[in-house]
Amino acid sequence: MADVALQGGAVVASKQTDRSQVLRRLQVHDAAFRGLTRAAAIAVLLILGGIIVSLIHGSWPALRTFGFSFFVTESWNPVTNRFGAVAPVYGTIVTSLIAMLIAVPVGLFIAMFLTELCPMWLRRPVGIAIELLAGIPSIIYGIWGLFVFAPFLQQHVQPAIIAAFGNIPVLSSLFAGPPYGIGILTAGLILAIMVLPFITSISRDVFEAVPAVLKEASYGLGCTTWEVMRHVVLPYTRVGVIGAVMLALGRALGETMAVTFVIGNAHRVAPSLFAPGTTISATIANEFTEAVGDLYTSSLIALGLILFVITFIVLAAARYMLLRLDARTGS
Amino acid sequence: MAMSPALYARRRRRNRVSIGLALAATAFGLLWLVLILAVLLWKGFGGLSLAVFTQMTPPPGSAGGLLNAIAGSLVMTVLAVAIGTPLGILAGTYMAEYGRYDRLTSVVRFINDILLSAPSIVIGLFIYEVMVARMGHFSGWAGAVALAVIVIPVVVRTTEDMLALVPDTLREAAASIGLPRSLMIRKVAYRTARAGMVTGVLLAVARISGETAPLLFTTLNNQFWSLNLNQPVASLPIVIFQFALSPYNDWQRLAWTGALIITFAVLALSIVARLLASQRKSS
Repeated sequence: MADVALQGGAVVASKQTDRSQVLRRLQVHDAAFRGLTRAAAIAVLLILGGIIVSLIHGSWPALRTFGFSFFVTESWNPVTNRFGAVAPVYGTIVTSLIAMLIAVPVGLFIAMFLTELCPMWLRRPVGIAIELLAGIPSIIYGIWGLFVFAPFLQQHVQPAIIAAFGNIPVLSSLFAGPPYGIGILTAGLILAIMVLPFITSISRDVFEAVPAVLKEASYGLGCTTWEVMRHVVLPYTRVGVIGAVMLALGRALGETMAVTFVIGNAHRVAPSLFAPGTTISATIANEFTEAVGDLYTSSLIALGLILFVITFIVLAAARYMLLRLDARTGS
Repeated sequence: MAMSPALYARRRRRNRVSIGLALAATAFGLLWLVLILAVLLWKGFGGLSLAVFTQMTPPPGSAGGLLNAIAGSLVMTVLAVAIGTPLGILAGTYMAEYGRYDRLTSVVRFINDILLSAPSIVIGLFIYEVMVARMGHFSGWAGAVALAVIVIPVVVRTTEDMLALVPDTLREAAASIGLPRSLMIRKVAYRTARAGMVTGVLLAVARISGETAPLLFTTLNNQFWSLNLNQPVASLPIVIFQFALSPYNDWQRLAWTGALIITFAVLALSIVARLLASQRKSS
C-alpha cells in the first residue's frame, strides 16, 4: 500500500527534497478530496433549498393574486382564472387517510406474522415478496387500477355497498351515488396496497429489535402470542411503529401516477367516497402541460408547494420518531 | 388465585382470532402481488414480439413498437446515474469518513432522508422551474437531471451505510503504514464496501426506471426516434401513460406490453440488488 501512496508522484524517492514534494502533493490532494466530499454533502442541502426556493418563486404570482383565499376556495376555473386549493387538498388528505386506515392494521399484522408466527425458512421469501410490492412502479398500479381494479369495484363491490348502506343515515351519504368505479375510495385502496410494504418492512425491523428476553419472559409467564404482541412488543416499539406509519403517510400523500389514473380528476368536494375527486399530485400531473397562462401554471406550482410543505412536515416527524428509537436502542 | 376456565377460553379465542388475522393479512398482501403480476403477464405477454424492440411508437391504428421509448428511457437512466452517482458517493463519503461526528453530517442525513421520500412530482416541478422555464423548451437533459435528483439520496444513503460497516481496524492499518486519508478511502474503504455501493446504484436504477411523474413536464414525449437531449425525448413510462389513457386498442395493448417490460426489468434489478447485498452479509 505504501507504493500506492507514492505512486505517480515519486520518481526518485531517495532524495530528501523529492520526498517532501511528494508529501506536500499528497497533503494538497488530501485536502482537495476532503473539500470535494464536503461540497457534495452541502450540495444535498442545496437541492432541498433549491426545491423550496423554486417552488416559492413559481407560486408567487398565484399567492399574491389570491392571497389567503387560495387556501379556502373550492373553485378551480381556468376560464375565469379563479383558482383554489380546497378540492385537491381535501382529496389528498382523504385518499391518504383511507390508505392508512387499511394499510396500518394489515401491515402490522403481516409484521406480526413475519416475526412471531412464520417458520424461519419462509420468512425471507415472504418478506421479499411483500417488499417487491414497493418495487412495482406506480404507473403500473395506475393502469392496473384503471383497467382491472376499478371495473371490478364498479360491477361487484360498489353496488353491494350502496345497497347495504342505503338506509343508514351517515353511511348512505358516505357511500352514495352511481358506482363509477374510479373515485376517491378506489384511489385510497390502491394507495393502501402501495404503502403496505413500507409499514410492514419497518415494523418488522423494529419488532425484531425487541430483546428476546422480554418476549421469552412473557411467554414464560404463560402469555399468548397475541398478548406478547399487544402488551410487550407494541409498547416497546411504539415510537418506531409511529415512524413507519408517518413514512408511509408521506408516501401516500405524494403518490402521483397511480392516483392520477383512478381518481377521476373532478375539482369538487363531494361527501360520497364513490365520487370522483382529485388530489394535489393528480391535478399537477393532469393539467400542468396544458396550463395556459401564468396564473394557471403558478396556481399549480402553489399546489406543489402545499404538497411539499405537508409531506416535509410528515416525513420530518417520521424521521424524528425513528431517530429517537435508534438513540434508545443504541443502534 | 384460581383462573376461571372462562377467562382461559377467552384468551385462547382472542389469540386464535389474532393469529387468523395475521395469516389473512399476509395472504392479502401476497394476493395483490400475484394479481398484479398475473394481469401484467396476461395482458402484456401477447403483445411481446420482436417488433416491440425494433419499431417506433406508431400513430393510432397502425402497428409499431416501443423502440424510441425504450432507447430514450435507457439514455436518460444512464445519464441520471452518471450525474447522480458521483455526487451521491462523495456526499456519503464525507458523512461516513470525514465528518462522522459533524453537525453538518446529521443535518445532511436528515435532509437526505426527506429527499428520499419526497414526492417525485415536486422534483419535476423543481426541474421545470430551474431548467425548462429558463431554457424555454422541454428537453431530455431536464428529464435526466430530474431523475438524477432522485438517484442522489438513494446513493448517499447506501454509501454512508456501507462505509459505516467497514471495520475501523482496516482504516487504522492503512493509516499506520502512512497512507493519507484520501487514498485510504479510495483504496481501502471503497474496495471493502464496493458490493454494497453497487447495490445502492442498482436500487437507484430500479427506482428511476419506472418514474413517470418527474418526466411529465421535463422531457414531455416524442413520437419519433430522437436521442437529441435538447429536445423532448420519448420515455417508456410516459408512453405507457399516454397510450393507456388513449381510446385506441392497439395503443392500449402496447401500453400493457411496455408495463410488462418495465415491471419485470425493475423487479429483476431489485432482486439482483438484494442478492448482492445478502451475499455481502453472509460472507
